[in-house]
Amino acid sequence: MSSLGPVLFEQTGGEIIQRSGSMEKNDITRLELDLLIKAIDERYDYDFSHYARSSFRRRVEKKISTLDIEHISQLIPLLLHDRDFFNDLLRNFSITVTEMFRDPEFFKDIRTILIPKLKTYPFIRIWHAGCATGEEVYSMAIMLKEADLLDHCQIYATDYNCDAIKIAERGIYPLELMAGYSNNYHKAGGIGEFSDHYRSQYQSAKFHDSLKKNITFANHNLVSDGVFGEMHVIICRNVMIYFDPTLQNHVYTLFRDSLVHRGFLCLGSKDSVDYSSVAEQFETLSGKNRIFQKLPVSLADSGLKISYG
Amino acid sequence: MDSKYRCIVIGVSAGGMDALSRLLGALPAGFVIPIIVVQHLSADADDHFRAQCFDERLDLVTKLTEDKETIRAGHIYLAPADYHVHIEDDLSLSLCTDHKVLYARPSIDVLFESAAFAIGKQLIGIVLTGANSDGAIGLQTIEKSGGLVIVQDPLDAQSSAMPHAAIRACMTPVILPLDDIAEYLMKICQPQSRAQNG
Repeated sequence: MSSLGPVLFEQTGGEIIQRSGSMEKNDITRLELDLLIKAIDERYDYDFSHYARSSFRRRVEKKISTLDIEHISQLIPLLLHDRDFFNDLLRNFSITVTEMFRDPEFFKDIRTILIPKLKTYPFIRIWHAGCATGEEVYSMAIMLKEADLLDHCQIYATDYNCDAIKIAERGIYPLELMAGYSNNYHKAGGIGEFSDHYRSQYQSAKFHDSLKKNITFANHNLVSDGVFGEMHVIICRNVMIYFDPTLQNHVYTLFRDSLVHRGFLCLGSKDSVDYSSVAEQFETLSGKNRIFQKLPVSLADSGLKISYG
Repeated sequence: MDSKYRCIVIGVSAGGMDALSRLLGALPAGFVIPIIVVQHLSADADDHFRAQCFDERLDLVTKLTEDKETIRAGHIYLAPADYHVHIEDDLSLSLCTDHKVLYARPSIDVLFESAAFAIGKQLIGIVLTGANSDGAIGLQTIEKSGGLVIVQDPLDAQSSAMPHAAIRACMTPVILPLDDIAEYLMKICQPQSRAQNG
């Protein structure tokens, strides 16, 4: 042992020097990302540590390419001392790629599977979580209106991106997109004229106020904010894929706790509750279009013990 | 016994069905290095049918990529229509719906760049036939990270634009006709013995 000691020491010592001197470029980038995430969390209380890292890095690198800086870590002093800079950065982290009646097959299932069930309810609370600029909120409102259900609904549309929420609240979208949306609407089983739901002005389409009179637009962060209580339907599409499995579990649990007994969870076509920690508390209504229903909590699951003293 | 390479990424566009069938069809069941494929498709393409067709025809297990699944040996993963695919550091696959890159979602560059970051020199990138320039920047990134880059010979490709762009972007790409790529992969992916002779 004693004869090996100095040799081991030398080798280990040499390795340490070599390793610290040759940290690979990608390892430095990983470190920079960790530091950036920590700075944002401690300074502004937004926690991105459980976002899927690769797409997050891509968005950060894209932002850097528009600024006159070379390294991710150079963002840190800028955001620490300048709230406006941070707000701008935050907008880049938020994903607002969406469209009306996106995945028409999903909305067809909403029309044929979900709406007949909702018709038996006297009052319906719906939560669009991570609604971005609101296109899917209006899509759903149009379907509820056509089913004569909209007056019985209270709809909550939330996102952590304040700018996106403002756009959603305005309900004005570029006119040039309407042809594609109309096409989606009919593929989704639309029975009327899509253009009956908006008014064209200049190059914009403004959706009728009657669609949004029961919609409340609000800021809510799925990462840090709590339960949104007693919902009959939660719609959260293409949001979970941006989270790592830990955060996915957290948010699915939040959804379970926000749903009423037998409430419905509607996800994006590549999201699934199946692999989450609450999988057994949901049953599948549409496997292809990811519509789930919360199961009744059995006595065993609820942890209640009945004593027959 | 270990191969020098841990993963193969392939990008293909116009003429992709035929090119993929020929390349992947020539790989035997025992080919363990996992393969991730981005093929440009229309957003409403029937993904499940495509994955099923490949799976029935190929010796290797072929499936559509699911969000956050871990890459497994001997599997081929196809990017779903309308989603980008990323490789994470823990060798799981993530999907995302960020904006199109060079008019494409899934984007070859997005997959290649994330793979280069996660896997570095143990990665092989391959660009096949296509009528645009997606994959060129990504292949360059793979090469810069020490990975091996292979491009289908443009003379042999149904559409030569994508191979041409990839060749221009790289320093020393291996350029091969489609039907020689599988054999080349089998040769370079053979397990290497760690033990010294004698």
